[in-house]
Amino acid sequence: MLKTSDQDVQRVFTRRALVLAGGKLALIGALGARLYYLQVVEADRYELLSRDNQFNLELLPPIRGRILDRNDVALADNQDNFRVEIVREQTDDVAATLSALRSIIEVPDWDVRRVLKDVKRKRAFVPVTVVENLTREEIARVAVNAPYLPGIRIEVGRSRRYPFADTAVHITGYVAAVSESELTGDPVLELPDFRIGKSGIEKLHDLEMRGTAGRRQVEVNALGRIIRKLPGEDGEPGRDIRLSLDINLQRYATERLARGQAERLPTEDPRAQLALTQADSALRDAYADRATVLVDADGKVVEAESGSAVVMDVHTGELRALASAPGYDPNPFNRGLSAKDWEELLANPRAPLNNKAVAGQYPPGSTFKMLVMLAALESGLAGQDTKFFCPGHLELGDTRFHCWKKYGHGWLDMKQSVAQSCDVYYYELAKRIGIDRISSIAKRFGLGDETGVDLPGERRGLIPTREWKLATQGVPWQMGETLVSAIGQGFTLTTPLQLALMTARLVNGGKAVTPHIEKQSGPPGAVEDMAIDTRHLDAVRAAMSEVVNGERGTARKIQGEKDDVKIAGKTGTAQVRRITMADRLSGAYKNEKPWRYRDHALFVGFGPVEAPRYAVSVVVEHGGGGSSMAAPIAADILREALRIDPPRQPGPTAAAHGSSGDSAEAVRDRPERDG
Amino acid sequence: MVMSFRSDGLNPPELTIGQKLVSMNWLLVLLIITIAGVGCLMLYSAANGDWTPWAYRHALRFGIGLTVMLAIALVDIRFWMRTAYLGYMVALVLLGLVEIMGEIGMGAQRWIDLGVFQLQPSEVMKIALVLALARYFNGLTYEEVGNPLNLILPLLMVAMPALLVLKQPDLGTALMMIAGSGAIFFLAGVRIWKFLAVIFAGVGAVPIVWQFLREYQQKRILTFLNPESDPLGSGYHILQSKIALGSGGIFGKGFLKGSQSHLNFLPEKQTDFIFTMLAEEFGMVGASALIGLYVLVLAYGFAIAVRSRSQFGRLVALGVTTTLFLYLFINVAMVMGLIPVVGVPLPMISYGGTAMLTMMIGLGLLLGVSVHRDVRIARAGVEED
Repeated sequence: MLKTSDQDVQRVFTRRALVLAGGKLALIGALGARLYYLQVVEADRYELLSRDNQFNLELLPPIRGRILDRNDVALADNQDNFRVEIVREQTDDVAATLSALRSIIEVPDWDVRRVLKDVKRKRAFVPVTVVENLTREEIARVAVNAPYLPGIRIEVGRSRRYPFADTAVHITGYVAAVSESELTGDPVLELPDFRIGKSGIEKLHDLEMRGTAGRRQVEVNALGRIIRKLPGEDGEPGRDIRLSLDINLQRYATERLARGQAERLPTEDPRAQLALTQADSALRDAYADRATVLVDADGKVVEAESGSAVVMDVHTGELRALASAPGYDPNPFNRGLSAKDWEELLANPRAPLNNKAVAGQYPPGSTFKMLVMLAALESGLAGQDTKFFCPGHLELGDTRFHCWKKYGHGWLDMKQSVAQSCDVYYYELAKRIGIDRISSIAKRFGLGDETGVDLPGERRGLIPTREWKLATQGVPWQMGETLVSAIGQGFTLTTPLQLALMTARLVNGGKAVTPHIEKQSGPPGAVEDMAIDTRHLDAVRAAMSEVVNGERGTARKIQGEKDDVKIAGKTGTAQVRRITMADRLSGAYKNEKPWRYRDHALFVGFGPVEAPRYAVSVVVEHGGGGSSMAAPIAADILREALRIDPPRQPGPTAAAHGSSGDSAEAVRDRPERDG
Repeated sequence: MVMSFRSDGLNPPELTIGQKLVSMNWLLVLLIITIAGVGCLMLYSAANGDWTPWAYRHALRFGIGLTVMLAIALVDIRFWMRTAYLGYMVALVLLGLVEIMGEIGMGAQRWIDLGVFQLQPSEVMKIALVLALARYFNGLTYEEVGNPLNLILPLLMVAMPALLVLKQPDLGTALMMIAGSGAIFFLAGVRIWKFLAVIFAGVGAVPIVWQFLREYQQKRILTFLNPESDPLGSGYHILQSKIALGSGGIFGKGFLKGSQSHLNFLPEKQTDFIFTMLAEEFGMVGASALIGLYVLVLAYGFAIAVRSRSQFGRLVALGVTTTLFLYLFINVAMVMGLIPVVGVPLPMISYGGTAMLTMMIGLGLLLGVSVHRDVRIARAGVEED
């Protein structure tokens, strides 16, 4: 019985064991099916997800293009930025490592505190920068001591460098971190150390100079730690921008402009010390950390002049120098300027951020007279021999228009009117030819509109016309305004670049060159001829030469020695504030005025006289008189330009003077440039 | 007690150790060693190609486990029958101890620290329960099994440890115990309608049980239903595991080349998710091969059970086999996103001492049943005459 029941039990067991085995097989079959689904059917999808997991795309910032001057000197380049980083997980004691590091290189307390705070916040394998911008020598010291500095590592990045600091800042501009509003969705812009151009060439050519970023796949683990770097596509470095600028001339012009009439003395010089003790405290503070002091002829400390100097190749429009003073150092922008420093730059009354050469607008004053002369000659209403009598003023209705020379110039011809800068002569000319001819020729010579120079931020200036007056003021043009316009006052506004352009077009044979700062590749294109009678242009050049080389010329002081290159030009003094009758009677307008009410000093010139090569314009803001302040600066800059780069092929006129000392000397100076 | 010889020779005399060793199912032993070898290989890979910290210790533990397994197989099966209830009681007390210790203030604790190793009573209980139930059902006639009164005691035997384990809380182990015991009940001949009744009652109880589940358990079930809704939160593990599996493809990424595993996207790759790693590195081919090895072990289990002359041996053999199957199925189904993450290791492959020991003891018993297949056992451990 037991046996039968046992057999029953066994039978039931076997039957049910088969059922159970079947069930298990079915479930394992389900596992197999699932496996098939995941690894075959959906494999591609998961493969993709796995790659996404595994690889992060790392962008390699491209090397930004450099800015070079005409001789390939870098005005903006990229410097290796050595920095020391610490990785928490590689050291047992961050503080101990840091103090060991401090015995080798200098680490400010502030940085130590920041690092100690940062390492706690970041993940253990994320490096924290300790110090940046280390010298190679400092890096070498750290590298040698590496065994005693667990967790310390040296990394090298790149940062923008402007070797000439404030000398060419208005041309190069600067780069700075990308701001929120500048993000375009390009991931490169989101890299923490990516910089973009914010002004000048850096801004204008930003996209070309950026280049294209390289991409590299980085294998990461679930925590984001980089496991492996895979080769990727290299980026393309940005394009170098080559300028027509000569940094040596630029540097000379900037310094010469800033110096003005003063003398630059080392601070230790007894005269400088004496001057500093007598200076007011604000000025003393300003010079507190400078190595040199500007001392004027009276032995007084003076501030550096502000203004602009432009040197242009008259035949090509190439800009050789474009100085704007004061400048500012673009280097700190790279790392981020403090709000305080930025406020100071903005609040400075001398506007260092402003590129005065293209954005400073000044009445041209007497530098405008050549255009009126040319307009008169071209109109046929006056000739070179047309004479007027200057009694010191001209009456129009019940208004008296004064000449700068109180008791008048007497009888003058056209050449002498320029040489002596007689205002009355130009009132008379203006009365004859009218405002329309004046403004028309001014516009043809590049005033009152953008010159089209390849720099951002250019201002138009203003050449008033009847239509303009009616449209903007709602009042018809007055004859008096014609007279004022004829001496470059009133509504008229020009930029230093426009004045240089005007001069270039006057002396290059009436060719409508356009100014540019980027070096043109290939031969210069054909330049439009302005169809001005060359005899008239010759007359203008002769008159401008008379200003410097004539016995009574307003700039005869800059004639130089017999061996110096012969140059020509025109002085200008632009009134900032109208001289009232009361001022005139009291004579107070000639006395010391607050800086911001002083006249602007202007000079436009060219050289050599016989074969014009460079045009120069100088504007010294509130610099007083054109002849006393601007002319010597312009002469020095012009002669420096000609010394650096003398005429390559002596022109027909220059050939006559080929044996003259200056030319030969110049050739000796830089023989390699004359080949 | 005198042993009698059957005329048909089916109940052999006491076997010597040598005879037992000869009749040992060495092919099954080889299969088990192969599976453990795969485990070592995968743990070597999990440590990025290093024998430490896992593979080396895994091999060591398996060596100990193998010895224990063979020793158990050689011990007369009737000894295990006699000590089945005692073993069960000890395991139950230990489970209770863990529970009490847990309440004293250590949170969810599942093990007892014995100094040398950490004993997980719930693992011990899996085997102890199989033995105890097998002993209970051994000798019961089909009619006796049909009597509901006779089911009260075994039900209690299952319910007590299951509830204790559930309280730990360890849902996976509790479900494994219930499912494994259910299989024994089923094999012992409990009527089908009773199972159906229990299943219906169980489904009806789901809403009630739901409320008793801890929040993390509820969350696990919910994220299982839609893991990709929260890829960085609780669904992360399942999603990453599926990515690893799927990206392995048919032939896998190669040994030591599983990017998901080696870059730590895969959680717990040395324990619960080791199958994923294998499937990532060796693809569907490798994963199927491993499952195939397990199926072979299961088939041996089935064959051994059917060939055993005692109900005890049969129930132990299939009880152990079912436990192995449940480990395998729950683990693999979990990492493939078929069932919620319940934290069940892959036997003999996952790193972890207790689970391996449990399985080796179980397999020792299975081999023991095989060695002693012709021993007939009457009720209460008395040999039948």
